[in-house]
Amino acid sequence: MRTAFFKLIRLVVVVFIVTFLSFSMLKLQEATTGSTIIEKIAPFGSPAAKQQLADSLHLDDPFFVQYGRWLGNAVQGDFGLKYTGTGDNATTGTPVSTIVGKKLPVSIELMIYAQILALLFALPLGIYTAYRNGSRFDKITNIVMFAMLAMPAFLAGLALQLWAAKNPNAGFPTQYTGVDDFPLTPFTGENFKQMLLPTVSLAIAQIAVYMRLLRSDMIATLQEDFITTAKSKGIPARRVLMRHAFRPSSLTLLTVAGLNVGALIGGAIIVEQIFNLPGIGDELVRSILGSQVIETQAIIAIIAIIYVLVNFLVDILYTVLDPRIRHARAIA
Amino acid sequence: MPVQSPDGGQDVATALARDEAASPAFPNPTALAMAAVEADPGRSTKKGIGVGGWLSVAWLVLLVLVGVIGWVTDQKFPGLPDPRNDVGDFKLGMFSSGHLFGTDGSGQDVLSLTVNGTYASMFIGVFSVLAGFAVGGLFGILAGYFKGRVGAVLGSTTDILLAFPPLVLAISIVTFLGNSLLWVTVALAIVSVPVLSRIARAATLSWAEREFVTAARAQGAKHGRVMVKELVPNVLPAMLSIALLGIAVVIVAEAGLAIVGAGVNPNTTITWGSIINTGRDDIDSAPHIVLIPSIVIFITVMALNYLGDALRAKFDVRESAL
Repeated sequence: MRTAFFKLIRLVVVVFIVTFLSFSMLKLQEATTGSTIIEKIAPFGSPAAKQQLADSLHLDDPFFVQYGRWLGNAVQGDFGLKYTGTGDNATTGTPVSTIVGKKLPVSIELMIYAQILALLFALPLGIYTAYRNGSRFDKITNIVMFAMLAMPAFLAGLALQLWAAKNPNAGFPTQYTGVDDFPLTPFTGENFKQMLLPTVSLAIAQIAVYMRLLRSDMIATLQEDFITTAKSKGIPARRVLMRHAFRPSSLTLLTVAGLNVGALIGGAIIVEQIFNLPGIGDELVRSILGSQVIETQAIIAIIAIIYVLVNFLVDILYTVLDPRIRHARAIA
Repeated sequence: MPVQSPDGGQDVATALARDEAASPAFPNPTALAMAAVEADPGRSTKKGIGVGGWLSVAWLVLLVLVGVIGWVTDQKFPGLPDPRNDVGDFKLGMFSSGHLFGTDGSGQDVLSLTVNGTYASMFIGVFSVLAGFAVGGLFGILAGYFKGRVGAVLGSTTDILLAFPPLVLAISIVTFLGNSLLWVTVALAIVSVPVLSRIARAATLSWAEREFVTAARAQGAKHGRVMVKELVPNVLPAMLSIALLGIAVVIVAEAGLAIVGAGVNPNTTITWGSIINTGRDDIDSAPHIVLIPSIVIFITVMALNYLGDALRAKFDVRESAL
């Protein structure tokens, strides 16, 4: 309980620093490139319009006051605006939170699908190759996995896109063809059709990571004394494999799967770009290209906060699941 | 991780994963992914680097040579068409006369682009990991050796860097600071610092309690001397094999940055990523534009992964003989 409390404190501190860093990046940019926020958002505005924009952003306040106000608004779900005008109408725009609310579910859906697909392949392959360690099937799988590990999401994505372009009869779009009002209803045929290729692209390298980890972990576990004991008691191989060997090994896998979210977010940004999926990564890139500095900063902060929260939850989950850690204090 | 003999420093991947398992407060997915690459008890550790290893070395030496020539000639490789100015017909296919790998959407020779792009891609890969290696190694060894306050401060610093997803951190550095070759290298170096620092710390932790370190301390060696003479030589092999994997990760990350439009400015510098990104528009009519640099990246990553694995297996033999 005490450790959980300290972890919570630590979480709050890290969230503060992360938001502070993402906020400072804007100022850093002004310092390094010499072009002000106002110039970026409203390059064609009249002096009066620019002043109005500066007032609405409170740019004349001291830095820490600005950060405090930004954080206070962010906590209430107000991340500023994505500006629609570049001239005199510069103060109009759509709230970033509205846009993020629409686009974030797409990315989350993509990552969950990819995670499920990766585990679906990695679990049986990892268990079986560990059980038949050294067999021909194991060796071939290892070579394939080694190649898949060198297959980053963008390579897989481009290859699948090419395949889809050459095989239009398969019915998978090379680019997202749905309406902009994503998300499509999850678990429908159309949704799967749109999401399959991006999901596979994202999952391929993950399959290799998970499978290799589970395999090496299982091989080590299978050499433990309690496995020999279980076998000598006449427990069937399947039961030994699943209950005695897989259960301790699955814990590591679960943690890694949770921790992998950082790599998944990166992969998702790239895959969204390749397949033109309207997710949060796509929006991040749009905001960068459109010089929407306020939006860019907000999206980076949001992604970082989500990432920190997921790591925190995985950490807590791990403590709950692993009796060795749960009781570590009692033993020590 | 299953409990393995916790005595030696031989299995850094395991040590690292164990370290993570013990306190995964703000854990490091990249390092764990690397641990997955690393931990492979099925592989024989007795042999040298083997045929595959030498092929990998040959490929990497070739890339470095090509890269150096590309650097010296400012991306105008002798004997090949100037990728920017000698513009041929648009989207010529593979094996066209004068253009072995065809041309891209604006008539630039794909072979020449790929060869000339080697310089920037390898520059980013090698130098960002080198910088990350130096800074991360220093951080990690200090944090592992001085476990108290210094360790806590350095640990928190890396934790904060790790609180950003790597690609997002790199994207924000490049967009907010600049998209020259140097800034992209700096961005990816910053991203690789916490990873390498974690590895160095885990390796240091497992070596710092060994007898020869205690013996050196007992003979009156100063902290600096213990770290340089006793710890660095032992931590280095583990870091080196991870660094090879790191170069592969960075080369891929560069291409990823180019695809999301946050890579090196394509108007001034050709990289493998920039070729892929421009070729994406023509993927159904002229797939070879994307294919050629992609294959080069794929082979390079495989070579680096293979060597990283082989190197580790090789060093394990030496260490287990201690």
